This record gives sequence, C-alpha cells and structure tokens, in this order.
Amino acid sequence: MEMLKTLRHGVIGGVTATLLATAAHAETVRWGAPRDIVSLDPYSYGDSYTINFLNHVYEGLVRYNRDLEIEPALATSWELVSPTTWRFTLREGVKFHDGADFTAEDVLASLLRVSDEASPLKGNLPAYKSATVVDDYTIDVELNGAYPLLLNDLTNIHIFDKGWLVANNAEKPTDVSAGVEGYATFNTNGTGPFMLESRTPEAQTILTVNEAWWDEPSHNLTRIEFQPISSAATRVAALLSGEVDFVDSAPVQDLPRLEQADNLEILERADLRTVMLGFNRRDELVAGGTNPMNDLKVRQAMQMAVDMELIRDKVMRGKSRNAGTLVAPSIPGYSAELDQPVAYDPEKAKALLVEAGYPDGFEFDFVCTNESYVNEEQFCQAIASMWSRVGLSPKLDIGPTAKQTPKRANGKADVYTLGWATLPMLDTYSILVQVLHSKDGNSGVFNWGDWSYPELDKLTQSAAVELDRDTRLQMETDALKIARDEVIMMPLHQQPMAWAVSKEFSDFPQFPDNKPRMWYVTK
Amino acid sequence: MLAFIIKRLSNAVFVMISVTFLAFVIFSAVGDPVDQMLNEQATQQQRDDLREKLGLDKPFLMQFGTFVVRAAQGDFGISFRNQRDVLDMISERFPATFELVLVATFISLVVGVPMGVITAIKRKSWYAEAMQFTSIIGISLPSFVVGIGLILVFSVWLGWFPSFGRGDTVDLGWWTTGLLTRSGQMSIVLPALSLSLFQVTLVMRLVRAEMLEVLRSDFIKFARARGVPARSIHFRHALRNCLMPVVTMTAMQIGGLIAFALVTETVFQWPGMGLLFIQAVTFVDVPIMAAYLCIVALIFVVLNTIVDMAYAVIDPRLRGADK
Repeated sequence: MEMLKTLRHGVIGGVTATLLATAAHAETVRWGAPRDIVSLDPYSYGDSYTINFLNHVYEGLVRYNRDLEIEPALATSWELVSPTTWRFTLREGVKFHDGADFTAEDVLASLLRVSDEASPLKGNLPAYKSATVVDDYTIDVELNGAYPLLLNDLTNIHIFDKGWLVANNAEKPTDVSAGVEGYATFNTNGTGPFMLESRTPEAQTILTVNEAWWDEPSHNLTRIEFQPISSAATRVAALLSGEVDFVDSAPVQDLPRLEQADNLEILERADLRTVMLGFNRRDELVAGGTNPMNDLKVRQAMQMAVDMELIRDKVMRGKSRNAGTLVAPSIPGYSAELDQPVAYDPEKAKALLVEAGYPDGFEFDFVCTNESYVNEEQFCQAIASMWSRVGLSPKLDIGPTAKQTPKRANGKADVYTLGWATLPMLDTYSILVQVLHSKDGNSGVFNWGDWSYPELDKLTQSAAVELDRDTRLQMETDALKIARDEVIMMPLHQQPMAWAVSKEFSDFPQFPDNKPRMWYVTK
Repeated sequence: MLAFIIKRLSNAVFVMISVTFLAFVIFSAVGDPVDQMLNEQATQQQRDDLREKLGLDKPFLMQFGTFVVRAAQGDFGISFRNQRDVLDMISERFPATFELVLVATFISLVVGVPMGVITAIKRKSWYAEAMQFTSIIGISLPSFVVGIGLILVFSVWLGWFPSFGRGDTVDLGWWTTGLLTRSGQMSIVLPALSLSLFQVTLVMRLVRAEMLEVLRSDFIKFARARGVPARSIHFRHALRNCLMPVVTMTAMQIGGLIAFALVTETVFQWPGMGLLFIQAVTFVDVPIMAAYLCIVALIFVVLNTIVDMAYAVIDPRLRGADK
C-alpha cells in the first residue's frame, strides 16, 4: 500500500512536472511592431531599430543594464593601457549559436567589418584605429586619440563569429554600390539570448530562446514572434483582438481606447528624444532679405512667443515634457538648472522685436516634416500661428522627411524642426559635436543653420579627449549653457512614447530610448 | 497577325520606357535616401561618399540612362535599404499580391454577376433597389475605410478572422501559397473582401446594363413567344450574351487591382508588392520603386496586348482594319 502511494505520488509529480515544463516552454511574446527590420545584418544600414532587434541575437562587448548603465557582456573587464589604447579581457566559455567558441579573433573580425570603408555603420565607431589580438581572451583596441565614449559606442557593435564570416564569404559588409548580396543578410550566428528560427520579410521573424546562453537569463521567454504591422489602426486592432500581445509604438490618439481594454496595460513615459527648432544663421533668409535671426533679441522673442504649455496640453494631449535644455534628464551632461522652460510672454516678445528693429515682424520659411516626430504637423501649425500673433510671418512648409531633409541640410530652411536623442551614444557629446559645433570637417553635420560659437567649439573639443568623467560632463554642461543663453536652438519638449502590453506579462521594463529589450521580460 | 504582334510589342517597349522616365522625374522630387541610410553619428564626408557611390550625385538623365541599360539586361540592382536583389524581393512578394487579386476577382464575379442579373430582371422590387443603393456605397467608400471597418467588425468585435498578415504559407519552390493552409485561408478573407468591394459594384452595374440591353433584343422576345421558361431565358440565353464584356473588363481590371492592392496591403499588412512599394517610397529606395513601376507597367501592357490579340482573333473585322 505504502509503495502504491509513493508510486502514485511519483506519477502525479511527474505529470505536474511535465505540465509545468510545457507551460514554461510556451512563453511567447507576439510583438506587433510599427515596421519591419531592414535586414538580418546589423552592419547593413544605419538603422537603430534593426540594430536593437538584432541585439537579441548578437551581443556587444558591453551592454546596457536595466537602468541604462553600461555593464560587461562579452568583455568581462577593460583597462586603459595608454590614453589611446584600451585592453579588453573577454569572457571565456561563450559559444555562438552554431557551437563555435568565442575568442578575440571574432572581436577583431567584427571590428574590421564594422569599420570597413563600405560599412554604413563606420560612424558608430568614430575613434577606432586598429585592434591587436593579445591572446585568445585579450584584445587591445587602439584609438585615433584619447576618447572617453568608446564603451558607449561598443554597446552597439555586434560581435560576429570569424569562422562563420570567412566560411560564408561575409567578412566585408554588403555594399549597395557593388550590387552584391551578403550571406549575413539572410542568416545569423550570434552569442545572444535568442536564436533566429525563421524570417519572412514584412510578415514575421521568429526567435527562439538560446538555452546555451552564457548569462543567467532574467527573462522566461522561449519564443519571440516579431510581426510588423505598419498601419497604426490595424496594429491597435490586432492588440485589441489579442493577435499580438505587445506593441512598441502605440499611437497617442488611441491610448484612451487601449486603456479601457481589460487585458492591456499601457506603459508611457517621455522619450529621450528632445524635439527642438533650429534657426538659419546665414546672412540672407531663404524667404529673402537680410536675416534678422542673427540678432539674439529676435531669437529670444521667437522663443517667448511660443506657449509650450498650451502645446503640451492641447496638441500633445498632456503627454509631452516641456524642455529648457537640449538633452533629456537621463543623458549624462544634463543639468536640471538649465532645464527651465522659457516662460510664455507675448508682450515681451513684441517689445523685443521692436527693440531689434522689426516692429512689423518679417517673413521666413518654417520647414517641418509630417512624420518624424509625434504630432509634428500639429505642433508646427500651432507654433506658426503663435508667431503670427506677435507679428511674425512664418511660411509653413510641411512634407515627408525624405523631401524636407535636403532642404534643411542645404540651408534652404529658415526655421526647422530637429529631434535628437543622442543615440546610440547616450551622452551630451553627441549633440554638441553633431549639431551645435561649427560646420568644420567632420563636426557640425547637423548644424543646418550654419552658426559658429568658438567658445562652444572649444568646450566640445576639450570634452572629446577628456578622460575624467566629471570634468568632461562639466564641460558639456557649460556648452549647453551657451546654447541656452544664445538660443542657438530652441528646445520644445521630450515627446511621449507609449507601449501597450498584455497583462499576462509580470515584468516588462520600458526604456527611455524606446528600445524593447526582451531579455528582461517575464511572462 | 505577325505585323500586329510586332507593332504591339514595340508599343509596349515605348510605354515601358515612358513610364520609367516619368518615374525618374518623380524620384528626383521624392528626396534623398542618404540621410536615412546613415545614422546620427555619420560625418559629412561619409554622407558625401555614400551619395557618390550610389551615383546620386550624377545628373538625373545619367541616372535614368544607367537604369534603363541595366534593366534591359534584367538587372534592377540592389535595394538601398534591405541590401537585397530587387528582382528577388519583388518575385518573393508577387505570389501574395497575385493570390489576393485572384481571390478578390473571384469574389467580385461570384457576387457581382448574380446581383447584376437580379437587379436587371426584378428592376422594380425593393431588394433590387436596395442592392443598387448599397452598390453606390461600395463604389464611393475609399478602400482603407472599408478595410478598417472590416477589421473592426470581424477581428475586434467578432474575432472571426485575423486582422493582419498572410498566415502560414506553403512553399512550392517557385511560388509560395497561403491558400493551402487553414490560417492562410482565414487570413485572405478580409483583405480580398475589401479589395473586391469596388469590383463587385463594377461587375454588377456592367451586367445589369448589358442584361437590360439584351432583354430588349429580338431573340429574347422570340424565345418568350416560344414559351421558353423565364429562368432559362435569363440565365442561359441572356446572361451568356452579356458575359463577353464582363470577361474583358475583369481581365483588364486585374492589372488595376494589382496596382491598387497597395492600399489594402498596407491596411492588412499583406506582404505583397504594394506594401514593398509603399515602404520603398518612405525610405526613397529608388531601385525598388523603379523596378515596381516597371513591373506594374509591364503587367498592364501584357494584359492589354492579350486582350487586343484575343479581339483580333475573335473579330475578323479588326484584323482586316489592321491591314
């Protein structure tokens, strides 16, 4: 009898265990994405959405943790051997999905591939000069000069297996102009927490869990079904009908409807992206005549004439966060002191315009796109009408990004919108060197208004080589103060971002850089 | 007949080149892909280099010339964005679009023809009037509204059909089909319905007009006088005489449906050629846009040529006129 009992217990225990095991094996996230990834090759196109998705399959030497701080990944530690040389100690016992061992040769091959002349991602690793393999698990990376942000850059440099690249003739990145396709465009072999099962472009890409992952998984997913649904209305419908259980870009106007659904949870927060306006600073306006916007008083007047609180409440449905400085709070270099939005004061704006000698205002081109930023068309219209109220005559020009960007980049816009998230670097230095610095060689690519502030340039250049973090961040903050005092660009707000997830998930962290990281998700 | 075919073929080549030329005129106004191909951190030098490598710095006539020469050899290039062979990408998606169009055409005939007959023979009845009235709605509602409406009712409220995608597909080697799997069959219902709505109306009105015409003709009167049953008169004699224009129009409309499917495909995330094209437009992926327009133009030209040739075969007067 006793034996029978034990036996029965054993059977029941076994059955329960099997049930639990099957349950644990079915943790799937069905991800309804606003767009497809462009390729399975992270180095094929400068697209951060694709790079982030592929981060589930491929990993870098370092990665961001849940608080967006850098932590070891494929490298376990690093040190500076000289101001321009970094030595990385690599993790031992890591295997690629095909079973190959991870060694320093793989890191070298990946660095060569991403920094190749034909690589569109060359700019993601600007300071890289060369790398030398010291031994199987040590590699030295040499830089062009002292550069404090190497780790930030490396979070986005995915590591390939050298043997796999060589065997498939994919050591070089694909090159559109050469007219050849690459093996890595259709296949993957990474070290990451998930492995590719199948991909049908525009339909679905399926990842399954990598049981042999080197790290202790903090997620319990076994399968990711990534399904692009480009029409926002259809995406919402698929969520409501339960065909997908996560949407990383829920349309702002549909949030109230989604909030009413019993089985959904809405995750909302301000994005890292700060939306701002830039001013043409050439001698002549595009709209004709000498350029009044070279006068600080005029720029101040234009800033005071805009009621950002009204825009937040009416246009952005209370979901945006008004900004006083050009970077979001979680970006290193940010200072709360600078982040005081300029108060709305139309009377003072009019007075400043009179003082500057433009009592009747002036005419200028105001170039916006209709899809780059959340509700951009509407807030541009609101700003234009607020400017008209103080006597200015903006000529609003709204169109698709691909059409507006050449105008802005070639100085054919007097006032234009720009959003900057400092991605993938996540540091104020990104906006200083790319947007605020004078147009000079490789700096100031997005200095579309063509201004020059030597003092700000000097601070930027010093920050570029300053290895002491506090000193560097102070320099960056000082540069942001110049930008604020001189109204080089006019900060508007951090735009809202919203994810909608099924309540079946117990843990679904949302990141301010708007990138879903499924290896932190528990269902 | 040979001269006729040669003439049609040279016409076809001319049409294709004109379409491509117009397409390139439009592309030069669409914008610049380079800024979207590189990320925030790329330098000016890298941007200029890439533009040069893609040949985008060349004058537009030269870009057009290079394209035509390559396309004539069957080489449409590599997609800027996906780094894949454009022809492969299009042929991979063609089955999805074609199946959608085929099912939509089937629905439009199965529903449209009987409705046309009924509205013609029972002109005064309330249900014929009702059909006529609904057909106005069908012809005037934009297809994305119809699509979203169908999704709302059949996916969100009733939960009968999936709201997006193509379901599971079976790969036959040269063709992928969704018609053989359960999920594929369920998935095609809503997009095909939405795409066919306009067609249903068109077929119904055409059949109705033709029927009214034929019912007035002498042989129908004689048939009635002979005491042939009404059912047989309507469906065997009258309807048959109406079908020729319906078949012609349906064949010609297939080209139109393939081109217009892009709205339906976007709404239902149907992985066909239209969706590919729409995305190429947003990213200024010139090789895909150019190849898509060429292929759609080719489909139109081929369909028209076949219809013309069929006419010439059927109607000897046309052949004579051609000589």
